[in-house]
Amino acid sequence: MSAWSAGAVFLVSLVAALVVVYRPMGDYVYRVVSSPRHLRVERSLYRVMGVDPDGEQPWGGYARSVLAFSAVSILFLYAFMRLQNRLWLSLGLPAVKPDGAWNTAVSFVTNTNWQWYSGESTMGHLVQMAGLAVQNFASAAVGIAVAVAFARGFARSRTAQLGNFWVDLVRVVLRVLLPISVLVAIVFVAAGMVQNLSAGTDVHTLAGATQHLTGGPVASQEAIKELGTNGGGFYNANSAHPFENPTSWTNWIEVFLLLLIPFSLPRTFGRIVDDNRQGYAIAAAMAVLALGSLVTINVLQGVHGGTVPQAVGAASEGVETRFGVFDSATFASATTLTSTGSVNSFHDSYTALGGGVTIVDMMLGEVAPGGTGSGLYGMLVLAVITVFVAGLMVGRTPEYLGKKIGAREVKLASLYFLTTPLLVLTGAGIAMALPGERAAMLNRGPHGLSEVLYAFTSAANNNGSAFAGLGVNTTWYDSALGLAMLLGRFVPVVLVLGLAGSLAAQKPVPASAGTLQTHRPLFVAMLVGVTVILVALTFLPALALGPLAEGVR
Amino acid sequence: MRLPPWLAQHLAALRTLLVLTVIAGIAYPLAVTAIAQLHGLRHHANGSLVTVDHTVVASSLIGQSFTDTGGKPLLRYVQTRPSAAGAGYDPTATGASNFGPESVVDTLPGPADPTGEQSLLTRVCARSLAVGRLEGVDGARPYCTPDGVGAVLGVFHRDGVTGGVTRVVSLNQACPAAPFLTTYRGVRVECARPGQDYSHAVVTPIRGDAPAHPAVPPDAVTASGSGLDPAISPAYARLQAPRVARARGIDVTTVDRLITAHTTRRALGFLGEPSVNVVTLNTDLDRRYPVPG
Repeated sequence: MSAWSAGAVFLVSLVAALVVVYRPMGDYVYRVVSSPRHLRVERSLYRVMGVDPDGEQPWGGYARSVLAFSAVSILFLYAFMRLQNRLWLSLGLPAVKPDGAWNTAVSFVTNTNWQWYSGESTMGHLVQMAGLAVQNFASAAVGIAVAVAFARGFARSRTAQLGNFWVDLVRVVLRVLLPISVLVAIVFVAAGMVQNLSAGTDVHTLAGATQHLTGGPVASQEAIKELGTNGGGFYNANSAHPFENPTSWTNWIEVFLLLLIPFSLPRTFGRIVDDNRQGYAIAAAMAVLALGSLVTINVLQGVHGGTVPQAVGAASEGVETRFGVFDSATFASATTLTSTGSVNSFHDSYTALGGGVTIVDMMLGEVAPGGTGSGLYGMLVLAVITVFVAGLMVGRTPEYLGKKIGAREVKLASLYFLTTPLLVLTGAGIAMALPGERAAMLNRGPHGLSEVLYAFTSAANNNGSAFAGLGVNTTWYDSALGLAMLLGRFVPVVLVLGLAGSLAAQKPVPASAGTLQTHRPLFVAMLVGVTVILVALTFLPALALGPLAEGVR
Repeated sequence: MRLPPWLAQHLAALRTLLVLTVIAGIAYPLAVTAIAQLHGLRHHANGSLVTVDHTVVASSLIGQSFTDTGGKPLLRYVQTRPSAAGAGYDPTATGASNFGPESVVDTLPGPADPTGEQSLLTRVCARSLAVGRLEGVDGARPYCTPDGVGAVLGVFHRDGVTGGVTRVVSLNQACPAAPFLTTYRGVRVECARPGQDYSHAVVTPIRGDAPAHPAVPPDAVTASGSGLDPAISPAYARLQAPRVARARGIDVTTVDRLITAHTTRRALGFLGEPSVNVVTLNTDLDRRYPVPG
């Protein structure tokens, strides 16, 4: 089999697997978040937490709980890193510097997992497993909780109640994320990932040198890193590291895991609004965008345009032998289409246009399929904008799933869409205006701009991957990117919950002959079109100066 | 005493975080570690260590440098890929080079910058030349000069980027090197002077006539993502077989047979790429065909 066909089969097998799990996985999450019954262990947890599991919250209360939990998490994680040298299993590493600790605390709580540091030389085992990895679970669950609350806003009428954040959070962690992670982690160990609390092993190499092999609880962190679309590597090399991704088949599992929940949640949405066709429509729009990106990047990396790839004869710089160019390209696209940001190859060395695809993936707003939960609510906001645009075309009051999309709803949806572009373009603009920050580029010319643009796109969209040549280990980048991550996560969350509150308060509008059928291919095509046009209008000038200038001769 | 609502909210948040930390941050990783340390998984969980005569010499998953202290390749070993991890294959500093596809112009060493910095293209060209010499094949590549740097011209035009060519510099060839082209569009090509500002020139890589599929395979001239890649392509392994066989005084078919034994095919026929584990291959070579002394 040629490398091209093997790459194609890799892609097709992923699609097939995701199609198979769409219903069972989505139905399972639906049952978890909708069941009136609490498990006994959950009841005792709620007592310790001091929350009433049967009380529901209006949108404001739900949002305040999300913000309170995230604020406490950031403070806790910050303190954890600042004090790591006084705690166990620190491996003798010093306390993390203040701006770095702020950046990383925000990064993991916002499900971004941007990393200015190298895990192997900065974070002790305890911080990794009891600090960072906890947020891998929690931030993923927060995203799902917000998406579920948003879906309830469509499903419910004449009520202020959107559910109970604490219950949604605990259930998603306990019943969805943990069981899958345990299973996957054991499989990962069997494949060769390390899982120990050792400080490492010194070996005397065949050539007579010494090499320090690192240890750590890697497999357990790896499972949730992909499943929760987090992406923060235990080591700097992330999923390119043989201890984080030892074989070509663990590579497949990792790509599958990071797509699993985001692509199944439209089913959960369909179940909540009691119309599975709506879920299929959202999933179809996500799939069209995702397949477009996946095929494009595979072709671009396979053709390997550009001076260095042509000189080499393959786009193999930054690519591991066991994965090869194609499976790496698929990983790159999947990790940027979801808000994961783990990497099995280094995007900075990709062909100009192939690397450009990873930037565009994130610029879509992380909706195809996006992060756990955040992808679903992002796509639903775009669906709201789409019915509004469609309503303008025919001169009717737009409605979606029986809810009127009035001025308030459109304002909230528009603000949601504008938040991340504003952060990306102003952030990158300011960095380019400052000589010291410009100097952080590793590569010169358009590629240097791509590095800065990538950094802010990744942070504001909570992805976390990087054109890693950019030297971001500075106080300015730590602070600015931390702010981009924070605002890029929580401004949209509050807007989405506000939108949910206003939808839930409405009474349903009965469908009429003039109602836009939002489960039809026509609507899917419009949704894809609106997404692409909005993104193109916003970002094309910036892209033209970066990847397009470099890649188009 | 009743707490104000905002404080009660944050207190609940803190208690929730602590609960999740105990469950997901302590119980979960420790439970997985306990299972991972069971017989059958323990070898993997501890790093797939390779032991020779009661000494740990490697992890079968982590690549090593097979060079002497001066960085020269040891002839008896199959060589791994270039590495950007620290000084090479350093697991405490993993990572990639992060050079972009148009990293083609070197900063030449000079009085202002005594070390300079090589572009990715020059690194590729230099590695190709070195591997070609070591294995006795042609190390030529597209966009590379015969002396192993990037074949890149800085072309000055009369009106910036348009108009007639006024001056041409071979940007990566420091004087007194002879430029790889004598003339370009009728203008004599100069060698480059370190420290000079050529930023107004149009950077123009020259393809040359090297074959599109050079004798030295792509993985031999590019650094991996992790810097710890234990594997190389079967093509690169076969290229090295004759040299390793000579150094060990054995038959080349013997080496080829061992290469095949240490080749991992695509899992299920379509996952990843075929790869040869250099670490286990070299361990095996040492065990079966030790080099005296």
